Amino acid sequence: MSEVLVVIDHVAGEVKKPTYELLTIARRLGEPAAVFFGSPDQADAVAQKVKAYGAAKVYVVDDAQTKGFLVAPKAEALQQLAEKSSGGDGLAAILLPSTFENKEVAGRLAIKLGSGLITDAVDVQAGESGPVTTQSVFAGNFTVQAKVTHGTPIITVKPNSAAPEEADGAGTVETFDATISDAARTAQIVATQPRQSTGRPELTEAAIVVSGGRGTGGNFEPVEGFADSLGAAVGASRAAVDSGWMPHAFQVGQTGKTVSPQLYVANGISGAIQHRAGMQTSKTIVAVNKDPEAPIFELVDFGVVGDLHTVLPAATEQITVRPR
Amino acid sequence: MNIVVCVKYVPDATADRKFEDDFTVDRVGVDGLLSELDEYAVEQALQFREKREGEEIEITALTVGPEKAVDAVRKALQMGVDKGVHVLDDAIAGSDYVATSLVLAKAIEKIGAESGGADLVVCGMASTDAAGSVIPAMLAERLGLPQVTLASVIESQGDQVRIKRDNEGSTEVIGATLPIVLSVTDQSGEARYPSFKGIMAAKKKPLETFALADLGVDAGEVGLSVAWSQVEDTTERPPRTAGEIVTDEDGSGAGALVEFLASKKFI
Ligand SMILES: Cc1cc2nc3c(=O)[nH]c(=O)nc-3n(C[C@H](O)[C@H](O)[C@H](O)COP(=O)(O)OP(=O)(O)OC[C@H]3O[C@@H](n4cnc5c(N)ncnc54)[C@H](O)[C@@H]3O)c2cc1C
Ligand SMILES: Nc1ncnc2c1ncn2[C@@H]1O[C@H](COP(=O)(O)O)[C@@H](O)[C@H]1O
Repeated sequence: MSEVLVVIDHVAGEVKKPTYELLTIARRLGEPAAVFFGSPDQADAVAQKVKAYGAAKVYVVDDAQTKGFLVAPKAEALQQLAEKSSGGDGLAAILLPSTFENKEVAGRLAIKLGSGLITDAVDVQAGESGPVTTQSVFAGNFTVQAKVTHGTPIITVKPNSAAPEEADGAGTVETFDATISDAARTAQIVATQPRQSTGRPELTEAAIVVSGGRGTGGNFEPVEGFADSLGAAVGASRAAVDSGWMPHAFQVGQTGKTVSPQLYVANGISGAIQHRAGMQTSKTIVAVNKDPEAPIFELVDFGVVGDLHTVLPAATEQITVRPR
Repeated sequence: MNIVVCVKYVPDATADRKFEDDFTVDRVGVDGLLSELDEYAVEQALQFREKREGEEIEITALTVGPEKAVDAVRKALQMGVDKGVHVLDDAIAGSDYVATSLVLAKAIEKIGAESGGADLVVCGMASTDAAGSVIPAMLAERLGLPQVTLASVIESQGDQVRIKRDNEGSTEVIGATLPIVLSVTDQSGEARYPSFKGIMAAKKKPLETFALADLGVDAGEVGLSVAWSQVEDTTERPPRTAGEIVTDEDGSGAGALVEFLASKKFI
């Protein structure tokens, strides 16, 4: 069976959920081979994790060679790995979690390998002539089926695109020595400041997202309290971010994060097209807004016309005292 | 110094965007405009020049697209760029990212040819139709330039550029030496409106049209028929069924909300 390269999404060796989703998808297409850009010290622990989701191989690329520079070194390393591993059966596909960085890696890789590229897939299935992807486009108003017709299909896949399924893989660890050119080390990361963890679930991975907009008036406590009562992640509209009430990392929408949770609760958010673009594919949508004419109500499964500053604290209270 | 800003003409996001029968984006039947996210690119190119007083800097707006795409370049000219270039060729229709980036790269090379290459290529963070956020990286790959993407703050001194950006889990400062490919986010600061003077001045600014042959690109390398990724079907999302909407009176809203969440097993 031909290999499917899956780039592991992790923070300091902590493997993130989209990796397991991608491995699950990869098994539909061929034999998953996970690619770990990280510290070799963490490789065995990571291999144990991904093996449980069917990784037959784990290629370890020491990130001492790739970190500290933007994108280009990773694309080079993947090109070399793809050329090496396609020696036998050929690669069935290269899958990457759809982050901004990985999309750029994928773009450069497509040119290096002479391969077609599909970004932001929300589903990938095996077709007669290679993978068939589904994308959600035009702010979620259309879905599109596409396939790559030339070279090794390179596909970036959004979080929550598959339910992770466990499967035994051999998980054989193989070190891969990439040769990184000087030309790839030209955009240098001179400083990094990690964002403080909120202790809440990750926005793009969460099953429930509770967001606040301009209607919070800058007071996010009711939104955060309600989110915590549901074990949810917190999001924000661009208006709330632009006002400096929430960091940009919390922004949902066209120029923020796209989320597709089981439940999305929009509070004090009008529902502009750019906001919809980031949440319209959520399974269940709820809104609290004091304006009955707010466009967000066109999308909702359930809506409350009311002031979020009274509705949310009261709802939080009721959920907290509710017997489970 | 020579700056090229890549601006895309896109269907208006607030209109009903749709596809043609061959599954390409309908770029004619739906009103189009300069992609809002590329206005930020034009703004940052203009600010880059304004901050470097006394330097000779020429800014060119470049678009690849159908006849009407020239409107995107016109808007950039009205905002204050000096020159416009429109790459227009029937063979380009339906091109994928790989082919579009090829045409853009060749056009950038041609624009910079007389001055030894472009010193700065500025892009938006994403086009509002394709939303790939991949063209800037692809241009860097093709042009062999440092890729400095998703900037929210841009500073430069001499040939050194520093930007600030938000990454997945952190805020980063990136440094690079010109020439570079830069992309900017909508966090970089509101774009200016064209002034009346700007609109009048734009009419006299040079605007060139290139065909593929002018760029040395073979028509067989681009377009729908050779695209390396192909759309097989498009489906309009069924409208969401109207939900239940209650009005909060004397605290009834919270109770109804909690009941709804419980009925869906969220609590
Ligand atoms: C290129 C571009 C990209 C963009 N990208 C994004 C993006 O990624 N994400 C995004 O969100 N936006 C984005 N926007 C902005 C978008 O167009 C809207 O301006 C923004 O989403 C509005 O945010 P809002 O709904 O919080 O504010 P508003 O539109 O001002 O709505 C506030 C709502 O709160 C309600 N309200 C007020 N007080 C209360 C109260 N006490 N209780 C309950 N309800 C109350 C009001 O009735 C109103 O409906 C983008 C715009 C552009 C041009
Ligand atoms: N056809 C085009 N003409 C000019 N610039 C483009 C074109 N397509 C993409 N770009 C530039 O590349 C950026 C990213 O586009 P994309 O990768 O399609 O999301 C845009 O913001 C533009 O600056």
